[in-house]
Amino acid sequence: MMSGFYVEHPGMHTLIEDAGRIGKANLGLTTGGPADRMAFYWANRLVENARGCAALEVTYGGLKLHSSCNSSIALTGADIELKINNQRVRNWQSHIIEKGDFIELGFSQNGIKAYLAIKGGIRVEEQFGSCATVVREHIGGINGSALIKGDWLPVEEQICAHTNALPENAIPTYLTSLNLRVITGYQYQQFSVHQRQRFFSSEYQVSSQWDRMGYRLQGEAITFPKQNMLSEGIAYGAVQIPADGQPIVLLNDRQTIGGYPKMGSVFSLDAYQLAQCQQGAKIRFEPISIENAHNELYLAQSRFKQIEFIKKAAN
Amino acid sequence: MSVTSGTEPISTKQSEPIRFYIEVASENSLMVYFGTNNANLQPEISLELCAMIGRAQTLIKSSLGDTVLDTIPSYSSLMITYDLWLVDHFHIRNRIQKLIKQLVSDSVSEHKLNGNTFTLPVYYDTCVGPDLPRIAKNAGISIEEVIQLHVQQEYYVYTIGFAPGFAYLGEVNETIAMPRLATPRATVAQGSVAIADKQTAIYPAPSPGGWNIIGRCPTPMFNPNSETPIPVAVGDKVRFKAITETQFLELGGQL
Repeated sequence: MMSGFYVEHPGMHTLIEDAGRIGKANLGLTTGGPADRMAFYWANRLVENARGCAALEVTYGGLKLHSSCNSSIALTGADIELKINNQRVRNWQSHIIEKGDFIELGFSQNGIKAYLAIKGGIRVEEQFGSCATVVREHIGGINGSALIKGDWLPVEEQICAHTNALPENAIPTYLTSLNLRVITGYQYQQFSVHQRQRFFSSEYQVSSQWDRMGYRLQGEAITFPKQNMLSEGIAYGAVQIPADGQPIVLLNDRQTIGGYPKMGSVFSLDAYQLAQCQQGAKIRFEPISIENAHNELYLAQSRFKQIEFIKKAAN
Repeated sequence: MSVTSGTEPISTKQSEPIRFYIEVASENSLMVYFGTNNANLQPEISLELCAMIGRAQTLIKSSLGDTVLDTIPSYSSLMITYDLWLVDHFHIRNRIQKLIKQLVSDSVSEHKLNGNTFTLPVYYDTCVGPDLPRIAKNAGISIEEVIQLHVQQEYYVYTIGFAPGFAYLGEVNETIAMPRLATPRATVAQGSVAIADKQTAIYPAPSPGGWNIIGRCPTPMFNPNSETPIPVAVGDKVRFKAITETQFLELGGQL
């Protein structure tokens, strides 16, 4: 058997995610992938992986793992206490793991989704070109489901030559009050001016119905003049307005096609922030041009590449 | 499920030329909307559009290669997701505009859909189809007549999406066409047969959903471990056959 990590406790909800399932939407398969892609990329970069390597998305925390090999790990995203053999260690930093080590995660203080990357990535079989877990589709991960006690995470034995730490000032804080920038599109022009203004000037709250598929919000209802619409493709971040007028922001595990009118789509960098929120978070929308959105993405990419880790030689 | 295969020409009325326009969907997705009527291209279901969108999808994929990450064809639209690290949004929009303009101006009087015909069993009953009474009331007919109207029709697979194996079938008889629920249900059971406007479909797996549910089909619509994970394809024909509760259970259906 390949070396790896034994799942002593799966935590509240832990999924194996890689960059996502691309190009299968015409079979109806959603993309999946990490809900907070930025934190996921950081985790992989900290253990010197290609940025799309399969890692764990831990919601809330509670995960416990036993290692059967020497490896390197890093935990990013939500502020969840990380212990190795009962010793508290830093998040946003790589750590060397030795055979027999016990890894334990506490519960989130800030944000809800953390990413645990392991050097070399988790080697589970791909389905439709990806091992991203989409529980609703029973696809990816291990048997298409969230981790359960006794699961085995196969990993090739490798360690990083250095421990890498993200500088303190580059570590994000997850807010519970967000301004989500929206690239307007789809049926936007068919909403009345009054409804568009209402959408961009109202405060919404995340309802109890939020998950990796989408976040249903509560607040001022938005009305749409047309009754009948044909189902059409749904992009990541799409802001759907169902007949009750309460916006739904669709995320990684969204349905590929749907028939409710849409205002446009939330800018990806902001959608990652939304995925760190839960019920009660306050949400406002503001428009952003596609040119500005692309500019922001290029800057974020450039920052991601240029920020240098604080390095220490491994013992 | 029974299958027959056949080839049949679609008779196109050649009345109106196909028009299209491009709209932004997200930071890296564009929608191409197709239609034959004027101005805003009102929602329209036709086999002619279905075939045109299929051709557009093939053309876009072959012409734009790696810059296209994903395409989602639907009744009257094609969504194209591009790699914004490889291509500028003005550039790809212009390319798509030119390619599709050329495509729709090449007049094709007739094209063939090489579809199979599938017959799918459905247990129609209020215990598995909670929206049957509402549809009947709305149409001013009995529940039995609703079922009859759903079974009589022959449907085409217009697109596959929403969830793996979710085939959008059209068109439903006008009398029993119903808009989606104001608030989608949190869970719809696997195999649920449902109506939204003039579309009908089978939920391949449990999921949230806003369609009107009228029955349940025991035939699995998505099997990831099969060589053909999805039994039907765009262009296929589907008919429904009413079955009893006993037959439903015998065919592996679950209540």
